[in-house]
Amino acid sequence: MKLLTLSVHQLGELMERKEFSSEELTRVHLERISQVEDEIKAFVTVTEEAALAQARAVDQKRARGEELSLLAGIPMAITDNICTDGVKTTCASRILYNFVPPYDAEAAARLKGAGAVLMGKCSMDEFSIGPAEEKSGFFSARTPFAPEAAPGGSSGGAAAVAAGEAAFTLGSDTAGSLRQPAAFCGVIGLKPTYGRVSRYGLISYASSLDQIGPFARDMADLALILNTICGHDAKDSTSAAVAGPDFKKSLINDVKGLKIGLPKEYLANTEPRAAVKIWEAAAQLEELGAVCEEVSMPHTEYALPAHYIISSAEASSNLARYDGVRYGLRVDADDVLNMFSKTRGQGFGDQVKTRIMLGTHVLSAANYDDYYVKALQVRTLIKQEFARTFEKFDCLLTPASSTIAGQSRKETDGPLAAYWSKACNIPVNLAGVPAMSLPFGLVEGLPVGLQFIAPHFGEEILLRVGYTLQQNTEQTRLKPGLAC
Amino acid sequence: MQVSEKDVEQLAFLSRLDLTAEDKAVYTKSLNAILDYLAMLKKLDTAAVEPAAHVLPIKNVFREDKLRQSLDREQVLANAAEVGEGAFVVPRIV
Amino acid sequence: MSRYEAVIGLEVHVELKTETKIFCGCSTEFGQAPNTQVCPVCLGLPGSTGVLNKKVAELAARAGLALNCKIGAYTWFDRKNYYYPDLPKGFQISQVFRPIAYQGYLDIEVDGREKRINITRAHIEEDPGKLIHASGSIMTSRSSFVDYNRSGMPLIEIVSEPELRSGAEAKAYLEKLKAILEYTGVSDVKMEQGSLRCDANVSVRPVGTAALGTKTEIKNMNSFRAVQRAIECEVDRQIDVLEEGDSVVQETRAWDENKGITMSMRNKENPDYRCFIEQEVSPIELSDEWIKDLRATIPELPDARRKRLVAEHGLPDYDAGVITSSLALAEFFDATLEKFPEAKKISNWIMGELLRLLNARGMELSQSKITPAGLASLLELIEKGSISNKIGKEVFETMFEEGQEPAQIVKEKGLSQISDEGQLTRIIAEVIAKNPKSVEDFQAGKEKAIGFLVGQVMKATRGQANPGVVNTMLREKLAE
Ligand SMILES: [Mg+2]
Ligand SMILES: [Zn+2]
Repeated sequence: MKLLTLSVHQLGELMERKEFSSEELTRVHLERISQVEDEIKAFVTVTEEAALAQARAVDQKRARGEELSLLAGIPMAITDNICTDGVKTTCASRILYNFVPPYDAEAAARLKGAGAVLMGKCSMDEFSIGPAEEKSGFFSARTPFAPEAAPGGSSGGAAAVAAGEAAFTLGSDTAGSLRQPAAFCGVIGLKPTYGRVSRYGLISYASSLDQIGPFARDMADLALILNTICGHDAKDSTSAAVAGPDFKKSLINDVKGLKIGLPKEYLANTEPRAAVKIWEAAAQLEELGAVCEEVSMPHTEYALPAHYIISSAEASSNLARYDGVRYGLRVDADDVLNMFSKTRGQGFGDQVKTRIMLGTHVLSAANYDDYYVKALQVRTLIKQEFARTFEKFDCLLTPASSTIAGQSRKETDGPLAAYWSKACNIPVNLAGVPAMSLPFGLVEGLPVGLQFIAPHFGEEILLRVGYTLQQNTEQTRLKPGLAC
Repeated sequence: MQVSEKDVEQLAFLSRLDLTAEDKAVYTKSLNAILDYLAMLKKLDTAAVEPAAHVLPIKNVFREDKLRQSLDREQVLANAAEVGEGAFVVPRIV
Repeated sequence: MSRYEAVIGLEVHVELKTETKIFCGCSTEFGQAPNTQVCPVCLGLPGSTGVLNKKVAELAARAGLALNCKIGAYTWFDRKNYYYPDLPKGFQISQVFRPIAYQGYLDIEVDGREKRINITRAHIEEDPGKLIHASGSIMTSRSSFVDYNRSGMPLIEIVSEPELRSGAEAKAYLEKLKAILEYTGVSDVKMEQGSLRCDANVSVRPVGTAALGTKTEIKNMNSFRAVQRAIECEVDRQIDVLEEGDSVVQETRAWDENKGITMSMRNKENPDYRCFIEQEVSPIELSDEWIKDLRATIPELPDARRKRLVAEHGLPDYDAGVITSSLALAEFFDATLEKFPEAKKISNWIMGELLRLLNARGMELSQSKITPAGLASLLELIEKGSISNKIGKEVFETMFEEGQEPAQIVKEKGLSQISDEGQLTRIIAEVIAKNPKSVEDFQAGKEKAIGFLVGQVMKATRGQANPGVVNTMLREKLAE
């Protein structure tokens, strides 16, 4: 079943040449899903019938000789916090267990418009909140590299791409959920600049931090998907009025003269076996002509608490709408107050409830300045630190996760232990800059990811660096143990 | 600053989260562990720092005052637990 | 003289006059079937994001300018977090930290005394949906229905300083506010449709002291008159409480129009709204240029128009004040004046018949059928002597109700004045013959008696005789 490891480009070209139809390709993927899902658990919902119907529609267009996007007929999946018209969208939460949106998220609409075939909705941590542990309201996905290990913060979408269940997927990233899972599953994940991809239809966790992005197998695919989903959307006030460039033009096999910074503070907190791989990548990039240099970003350690405060505050407000009146779970009670409290008490998991209460605490009048305003001030410092650093560097290289997939944490690591594993991802969300996770070899059979960070709207640099590495080292193309 | 079980009860009320007595003890413990950790921000002097209000300097994003199609009422009510007379039904308010 | 003085501040919510809602393209039309003007944004569906209606920013700034406010060059939206079934997102998008307009004022006049009331702020916010209680009352209903048609309607909330001292001042403030908002086209300001709603913060304190007493918030007042009554009643209640040695409880109270009392809503919690900056809606930056353009769209306001009516048309200040208190009336006056150039006569009819009928029927001017051209023709008929003033009133009422041309009404109803001397000669002779006593009195020098005789002729002609002509003819006849 070689089809399951091909890139979107390869699949698209084969369909152009009529080697197989989209319907056939879709059936192959549906079979794969039923074969591995027991183990991988990447999907919350599989939309078999709708997928086949979409595929057949593409096949008919192709038969009529219509001009099609390369994405046409390609099986994709979308994380379950991105709304899909007529398809259940649950955020992996009991409180939204039956919610069927009457509309498509803008990014989903653009992909569907290009003809990509929706296979279903991918699992995630409940509302993307909480660490990469078993915190989903339903169940947890597994990385195909080590089915006993969680795939990393929040995204079955990464596992689905790695396990050959979809050619690419769409996810979101508030605290690293596109980058850490990509690293753990050996695929590429890119969190675009805040404002680059419309947030219309992305169910908010923390509005100022959330951003939609893709998981893909290959840099050319990534460029193709970005070309489709990026660009201004008049329905979203946070969408930047910046036209998306043609990202294919950034697929340049050359990093000569690029200045790449390695922030010390990121490496210092990383699991040593993963850190070694970063130095190895830096050496390789230097060989290819880039200039790598250590740099200090001393405010990094404050990013995590600031992010925790801001995301909890925003979540406490964003999750207030789940009250049992208009959609989702309702637990009956005699009066509204009890209906609200019972519904929310039973509908949300522990992690989410902790976050909501913490957010309520830090926003209350008595604590507002000490926590919330303080966190926003730290955010300013983090943004300034990135801006200063990017005066000297074209991009930064850090670990994509400070831990390795499946590494278990000890009780003594404290309440935020799992959050710590995203310490390298979190400053990026605070600053709103783009970052990409790229596979770079294995450590004891488990994949390790590099994270490249660029200035605002600097995705083209990320594509260029990623493309160059993919052309020059097999370490960026990992094969999971779960045979395809 | 620590929170008491009483504080947690109030937070749960403000957040409309029904908690059991057992829950309350557990959340008090975990919230305090988090608050202890967050206290590390006090190390940093931010007196002169402007809080970052918005992520990007986007402003004046407007739409024109033009009508757009609303949803069909069927769609509006489709996800609700209880409906009646074209509206969402809720239990007693006071 | 009371030993206490009242301290009153008003919070007025005004719906802005837009086609569509604040953050989505749903219609703002009033009175449609429940939940038919709703989309993912105003229903607060997960994932929906809205975009600010530009007209909302412009109308809000225009209102601020008309209320003599400073306009914030850079303002943004905040979230006010609380739970209520009519609030679809669990928070209201409002402007808590930086209102678009602040530090303004308006001038009121009560019992001929002018007073300036300062305005703290005017900020933009979204309206929640509407609750309909199964048994009609929130207190007794076992369930309620939620209609989100109103959810996301654009509002400005105008907050006054606590400088009002009586129910009458509060009413005058509201009337002036309503006129200004109507003149500037900011709102329809229809209290009965909820496009203007008012809550009052009321406290009392001993005369001569500066500290504020404990306040209560009064809600559920559905007319300006109700606001005045509710405040008067609440002030009396608070004074009674203090006189009895008790203290006023800070709470929300509802005005009961039928019983004429305020009642505790049993809501004593001081809510912590946990406000913070809204990230999903963009801030507003109003350049000097834009503010200048908006200022240019503000028409002549009520006070200026009133002065002009006095100066240009010689109207008494009182008349000018009444006419300019409503844009519709002022425009009606101007349009009538264009066709019939006697300001005071027009003003008499507006102040008299028109307002009397509007008040009696509880109608808006736009709901009546009277037109400026119609009133002008009526006044011409009276001027020419075709009908008397008294018949004119009857014709006016028909025009008001049915909207025909006055000449046509006069003709159809046979109301034309009898100026035909032949016919009158005969009737006058009869009246003289039937009232020898009055004739005698008149001839004995009792001037008043002529009035009685004129009246008898008028009665005999069912008011259709021209009283001036009758008077002259009678005198001639009696002098014979
Ligand atoms: Mg308000
Ligand atoms: Zn709407």
